[in-house]
Amino acid sequence: MKAINETENINSRIRKDRVFLGLVVLFSVITVSPIILIISKLIEKGYKQLSFGFLVEKTPDTMEAMTAIANNELIPGGIVNGILGTLLMVAMAAVIAIPIAIITGVYLYENQGKWLANITRNVSDILQGVPSIVLGLISYLWVVKYVTNGFSALAGSVSLAIMMLPMIVRSTEETLKMIPQTLKEAGLALGIPYWRVLTGILIPTGFSGLMTGILLAVSRVIGETAPLMLTALGSRAINMNISKPTSAIPLLIWEFYNDPNMVDMIWSSSLLLMIIVLAFNLTAKQFAANRK
Amino acid sequence: MNTNILQVKDPILAIENLSVAYDKNVAVKDVTVGIKKNTVTAIMGPSGCGKSTLLRVLNRMHELYENIHTTGSVTLNGEDIFKMSAIKLRRKTGMVFQRPNPFPTMSIYDNVIAGYKLNGINQKKQERDEIVERSLRDVALWDEVKDSLTKKGTFLSGGQQQRLCIARALAFNPEIILLDEPTSALDPVATSKIEDLLITLKEHYTIIMVTHNMSQAARISDYSLFMYLGELVEYGKTKNMFTNPQDRRTEEYLTGKFG
Repeated sequence: MKAINETENINSRIRKDRVFLGLVVLFSVITVSPIILIISKLIEKGYKQLSFGFLVEKTPDTMEAMTAIANNELIPGGIVNGILGTLLMVAMAAVIAIPIAIITGVYLYENQGKWLANITRNVSDILQGVPSIVLGLISYLWVVKYVTNGFSALAGSVSLAIMMLPMIVRSTEETLKMIPQTLKEAGLALGIPYWRVLTGILIPTGFSGLMTGILLAVSRVIGETAPLMLTALGSRAINMNISKPTSAIPLLIWEFYNDPNMVDMIWSSSLLLMIIVLAFNLTAKQFAANRK
Repeated sequence: MNTNILQVKDPILAIENLSVAYDKNVAVKDVTVGIKKNTVTAIMGPSGCGKSTLLRVLNRMHELYENIHTTGSVTLNGEDIFKMSAIKLRRKTGMVFQRPNPFPTMSIYDNVIAGYKLNGINQKKQERDEIVERSLRDVALWDEVKDSLTKKGTFLSGGQQQRLCIARALAFNPEIILLDEPTSALDPVATSKIEDLLITLKEHYTIIMVTHNMSQAARISDYSLFMYLGELVEYGKTKNMFTNPQDRRTEEYLTGKFG
């Protein structure tokens, strides 16, 4: 009797095990499938438009697009104005955010447990949760109204920089915390002043970690649309003047969405944006892997 | 006056009535001791007896901690260490830590010269080469690494890394080398190499070493300090202390009754 019961028991355990394994696989597939569906859809719908011209030509006007569609041709032109605008604004945002964020991160690392550092850390975390459109509004109030007296790339950069700040602050602090305390002590014991220990030993040692944080922050803001609508506005022309309205890839996607003749351009622009974001993400992962 | 504490004539380092407290916990209690030049002095004692704290005061690394308070005086060659700049003091006192800690982003060469480079001291390449070679020869590492000076310091074995760290501390030609359990993370072979090295280094430097390992203290030190609960219990020639300890606590520690 007993022996039979044991066999049954084992069989039911094996069955349960299979059911759970099946569930684990199922949920994993559910997690992975959105990104696969997104990328395959973007490739399917966007690849036709993606050509060298797409990267170096300006946005076509509605008439050109309409004519092309009527003749069953590809829409001419590209999104170089958006690409350059995105590059300009993200680069400027990085230039603004990185030094401030790294210095703040170092401050938090050096002052663990102190009240001002705790407040700073909490405020930085809250900033991370502020909706991006609100950051756009703030930048509109500060920069568009008072600094550039109109929509501008600078205003766009400021809103993106505020978004990047808390991410880099946190990653800087966490990276520095991972570095053994004894490296800092070894540096100080050599009579090296603190700031040189920081710039010559700690930051180079944590370089991969800092780069990971920066690249993830960049990849996060590259696709931001809402704050740019209120600040950079967009432009059909190539603009490298930071005090003038400027285009960006996500802004163009929004514009194309509102123009029935430009539907094909939505997909190719989205595909390009996706490729850029993925590239930043994968590079960040590479840096993270190099940390050991 | 405590007769268990040896009086040293013309000490290179004189510690007088030194007390150190973290908040209200006294870690070092009223220690007075003179360290003799060109000797190896071991600081022994059970965990938490204040030996590492004492060592760290000697190059003012204790100042990295907050709420730490010291009284008493320490003079190096007659100069009050609390009155000179910490940077100057630390160049005169090299420090080696428990675990080998070469700077991971730097080559072997750069590790040795780091103290100069990061202090912004400009030198000709030839001068740098000389310092690197001298320091690495001093720690008997030159022959092992002379063809791979551009490799990262972290590529070396644990024992080699620790010798590299000693070389880094020697680069400034310090008066004193402070070692905080320098072999506790190393295997026996690497340990014995470091021990041999310390014996040869005392010709040019004064060595103060914290150790948990009594037989190590017996093997290489000339003088020993025994500390217990922050107090300096006994100080004298190592040979005498191990054969004829004056204080009951020293005897009990050395015979393994606690520790």
